[in-house]
Amino acid sequence: MTTTTTGAERLPALLRRLTGDEKHSPSAYSTLDVLWVLYDRVLRVTPATVDAPDRDRFLLSKGHGPAAYYAVLAAKGFVPEAWLDDLAGPDSRLGHHPDRTLVPGVEIGSGSLGHGLGLAVGTALGLRAQGEQARVYVLTGDAELDEGANHEAVAYAGATGLGNLTAVVVDNASATHGWPGGVAARFHGWSSAVVDGRDHDALAAALTGHDGRRPHVVVARVEPKW
Amino acid sequence: MTGMREAFVDTASGLLAGDPRTALVLADISADAFLPAQRRHPERVLNVGIREQLMVGVAGGLALTGMRPIVHSYAPFVIDRAYEQIKLDLGHQDAGAVLVSIGASYDAASAGYTHMSPGDVALLDTLDGWTVHVPGHRDEVAGLLRAAAAGDDRVYIRLSTLENRAAHAPRGLTVVRGGGRALVVAVGPMLDPVLAATAGLDVTVAYTATPRPLDTAALRALAGTDVVLVEPYLAGTSSRLVAEALADRPHRLLALGVGRAELRRYGSPKDHARWHGLDAAGLRASISGWL
Repeated sequence: MTTTTTGAERLPALLRRLTGDEKHSPSAYSTLDVLWVLYDRVLRVTPATVDAPDRDRFLLSKGHGPAAYYAVLAAKGFVPEAWLDDLAGPDSRLGHHPDRTLVPGVEIGSGSLGHGLGLAVGTALGLRAQGEQARVYVLTGDAELDEGANHEAVAYAGATGLGNLTAVVVDNASATHGWPGGVAARFHGWSSAVVDGRDHDALAAALTGHDGRRPHVVVARVEPKW
Repeated sequence: MTGMREAFVDTASGLLAGDPRTALVLADISADAFLPAQRRHPERVLNVGIREQLMVGVAGGLALTGMRPIVHSYAPFVIDRAYEQIKLDLGHQDAGAVLVSIGASYDAASAGYTHMSPGDVALLDTLDGWTVHVPGHRDEVAGLLRAAAAGDDRVYIRLSTLENRAAHAPRGLTVVRGGGRALVVAVGPMLDPVLAATAGLDVTVAYTATPRPLDTAALRALAGTDVVLVEPYLAGTSSRLVAEALADRPHRLLALGVGRAELRRYGSPKDHARWHGLDAAGLRASISGWL
């Protein structure tokens, strides 16, 4: 972690309390810096406003490997830290894929890949129709973009200029056949930024770099998975 | 007004004008019919193009912001194609929507099997919390849609070009003709063929346009030991519910509906009704033989 913001230093300890997610741990940590910067500097949402109509929305589409997500939610006070000690236990509210009905602050249940972008487009449309100024952020992975449902959402949001939507693609080069030409080139009609997914200042600038007239995509590049 | 689809367009357009919570999500199908409503409410009439997965995903997102989405397409595209979005983007999110289909079973017979969804109700039966309406007449559509739009739950309204001559109470199980030897349950547009098929037979004919939740209390009260189900979708779809309702009673059940076999034939809906044994002659042969 390269950060000067207070609170982030507690994340490693919180992550250590989340045991039993060995299968997914590399991807969990690929999202850690993006998630921290979102909740620490970008999203207008707090534990007190998780049901406020005008809150910013964060949708974790890439629901696998949610340890980093849970650690950040605990660090920011959305969930009790004690919940981290029983990941995916029979009475736990935190599973290997998050359930929005069980976890305060979690906007969607996810796990099956390719659902978050469509839900995010609908959320952005719903906020716009109701005159809310809130913004919708949705996090996917580069391999998740293999799923065709994403491309229905990407094309529609770009063509219609859905200006209150930001997609964050954490790119750890894990897509089996890759994205020759880069991930950002798939987002026609979107503004885009490609940044170092470990650089907090660069992430914060990119995550607030939308122009409001087009959807915005931030490609956060991290260490290749393989 | 010329049919169920037009009744839907009129009613949905009225709901969009009257309630700012209402949104309509389309995937090109019927987009022309909703152009006037789209001009009036461009932010709540959303045609996403030929993208049915997105159509249902968008509905889930709209519902999460407190809106009431009405989703509309051909049955095979809104149900079969978008099944996982129905399961996850609505059900798993604990979000509601009103799905309204056209092209019931073999309405689009001449278009072939790609445009048929005899299994739509059976697919929704794999999921929790769905109300299913199968109106049998255009005049049943408006009330069902308005009530569905006023709620927050998950509702499927299955429109058809096949209709009964008259509208009936679309909820519960209503006796249309009394008799003694058996209870014949006709769902939606199956009522008129059933009435014709059972003319002169000593059976009770009951109608419902709401097979989910099936009115099992009325079923128990009306049924003796012999029950015939006549459904305009996959045969046997409601057999499980009849069996559960009559679990404490020795009974016989004949479940008629659309067959599983792909006929690989075009023709008209009338032809397909005949081939599936769902015209009056076919139903009479099945029912009288079984009695």
